[in-house]
Amino acid sequence: MRAFTKVTAKAVPFPRMNVDTDIIIPAKHLKTITRSGLGKHAFETVRYRADGSHIADNVFDAPKYAGSEILIAGRNFGCGSSREHAPWALADMGFRVVIAPGFADIFAGNCIKNGLLTVTLKQEEVDALVLAAEGGVAITVDLEDQTVTAGNAHYAFEFNPVHKKMLLEGLDEIGQTLAASPAIKSYEAKQAAKTPWLFGGNA
Amino acid sequence: MATTLYDKIWDLHRVEDRGEGVALLYIDRHLVHEVTSPQAFDGLRAAGRGVHSVSSILAVPDHNVPTKDRDRPNPDDMSAAQLAALDANAKEFGLNYIPMDDRRQGIVHVIGPEQGFTLPGVTLVCGDSHTSTHGAFGALAFGIGTSEVEHVLATQTLLLKKAANMRVTVTGELPEGCTAKDVALAIIGKIGTNGGTGHVIEYAGPVIEALSMEGRMTVCNMAIEAGARAGLVAPDDKTFEYLEGRPMSPKGEAWDKAVAFWRGLKSDAGAVFDREVTVDGSEIVPLVTWGTSPEDVVPVTGAVPTLASFEDENKRDAAEKALAYMGLSEGQPMTDVKVDRVFIGSCTNSRIEDLRAAAAVIKGRKLAGHVIEAIVVPGSGLVKEQAEAEGLDRVFTDAGFQWRDPGCSMCLGMNPDKAGPGERVASTSNRNFVGRQGPGARTHLVSPAMAAAAGIAGHFVDVRKF
Ligand code: SF4
Repeated sequence: MRAFTKVTAKAVPFPRMNVDTDIIIPAKHLKTITRSGLGKHAFETVRYRADGSHIADNVFDAPKYAGSEILIAGRNFGCGSSREHAPWALADMGFRVVIAPGFADIFAGNCIKNGLLTVTLKQEEVDALVLAAEGGVAITVDLEDQTVTAGNAHYAFEFNPVHKKMLLEGLDEIGQTLAASPAIKSYEAKQAAKTPWLFGGNA
Repeated sequence: MATTLYDKIWDLHRVEDRGEGVALLYIDRHLVHEVTSPQAFDGLRAAGRGVHSVSSILAVPDHNVPTKDRDRPNPDDMSAAQLAALDANAKEFGLNYIPMDDRRQGIVHVIGPEQGFTLPGVTLVCGDSHTSTHGAFGALAFGIGTSEVEHVLATQTLLLKKAANMRVTVTGELPEGCTAKDVALAIIGKIGTNGGTGHVIEYAGPVIEALSMEGRMTVCNMAIEAGARAGLVAPDDKTFEYLEGRPMSPKGEAWDKAVAFWRGLKSDAGAVFDREVTVDGSEIVPLVTWGTSPEDVVPVTGAVPTLASFEDENKRDAAEKALAYMGLSEGQPMTDVKVDRVFIGSCTNSRIEDLRAAAAVIKGRKLAGHVIEAIVVPGSGLVKEQAEAEGLDRVFTDAGFQWRDPGCSMCLGMNPDKAGPGERVASTSNRNFVGRQGPGARTHLVSPAMAAAAGIAGHFVDVRKF
């Protein structure tokens, strides 16, 4: 996984609340058996009309926001379906950070596993960043310091230290867990005595 | 110290503490379907890793299986490729697998309990957010992403941060004509779609206790729609009765031992919850959603809200967009809203009890002439067999409803069952999101009885007076 330390880039403002993962990537595009190539279908209902024609001035395709690596989103971003295709699609669009007043739990977890940083700030701070993004101001997100900077404004954010380490070092989570195999084995031995029906091959 | 049911299951499964409330948690049960697993199996192959515990897994295709003409080739090449990938992975890794042509095939969340794969006190995961359904059995069950699917396959564990405890108590007695679906919608209407964020919700109180296992599954199914990580109901005699004798349930002495253990799975009397919400069950009425979020609920006797009724500017804005998408106007009575399609199915409402409730309303009546299509999709092949044994399929087909093969169907636009742009669906599923049932489709979430009644009347009606 690509490590995340610090990003300075333009940002796309999309502060709509309750943006669900069906909006991020509609279900009909989940039929891939690979992880890449979803970006072109991301936010389809925002970028295309029902007849399939392109809405030229949507924020995701506007030239003004080309090359953005940060998404400024609204409350409860990523709610709905647990599909990991949502962070894959965002990453495929070039985003490395999403900033919002709050995220749905599963979505936030999926982001970390794909090296995408989710930053939770207060609503008024996010509102200010929307204005900055609209003004073309570059925004810096520093994971080490846990700060977001836009011009003269600095905002601190909280972040789970375990997840922070993973992102900073770009660690492979499965490899790390396999290192704990002895603990898993001894847990299984202990549980097999306590709840044998779960280990006796009944399932 | 007095602990909650969630605390107990969490503690039982902790392999290692990693500080800050994060633990390596052991996973007992893993349901796998075709959409969220191909990249996970690919990841295993790429890293040369195997599956840790084959007996913990049950795989079944459901999301993009067609619900008719299954003997013909799948009309969608990409769906076919995903189904073929599951088939190949199940064989390569030697999984317990129910293929599409097996009589037990159906929606993962219907199959798990039906096979006795879902048991009280277990941790159960699936690459699907509605895994919360299995919480009805007192299992800690939650949806995971594909990377986590791979992690569980390889290690039988997940690195998780413990959620907060929340309890929703539904008091009183549910009035005639109201169902578990109305309870689920009423709760979300009250606490909102992020009301449970960061929490595991335990559902309690006389209304929940009085619900059947099917009804409890409906309520837990929608815990995720309230933002919760999982939903839970403490197991009781009803739970044990449902599970006894199921193919994968423990047998004989193991069964007795298991039941004795399961009886201890409940929140202690003095357990403290981080958040408590009470809903008066006797006040619940048949509900219908008007917008594009499951929290947008109104009584069927009510009307589309006015924009002025939203104090929060963001909410007003969202409501305005929702009304435009849904083609509704402020103050319009819900019973004036005409439906174009009816969908009775999904992991929320496709079990036998749901089909019985719909059939009871439909019996001897006819589908309204302008309704394009009304489909009834049983949650599994076994539900289908049971319904046919009871003659329910005839009740549906005599009335002009179509009787289909099991799968996710029109719950989401991934298989041939879709609604067209602008078409309005009375749907028993769980999500009324923009485009969920097809691009431009308009979804109204209701109970099976309400969906059936809407199909007959051609518009939403109060099923209590129907
Ligand atoms: S029925 Fe709908 S909600 Fe349930 S698993 Fe299938 S797609 Fe998901």
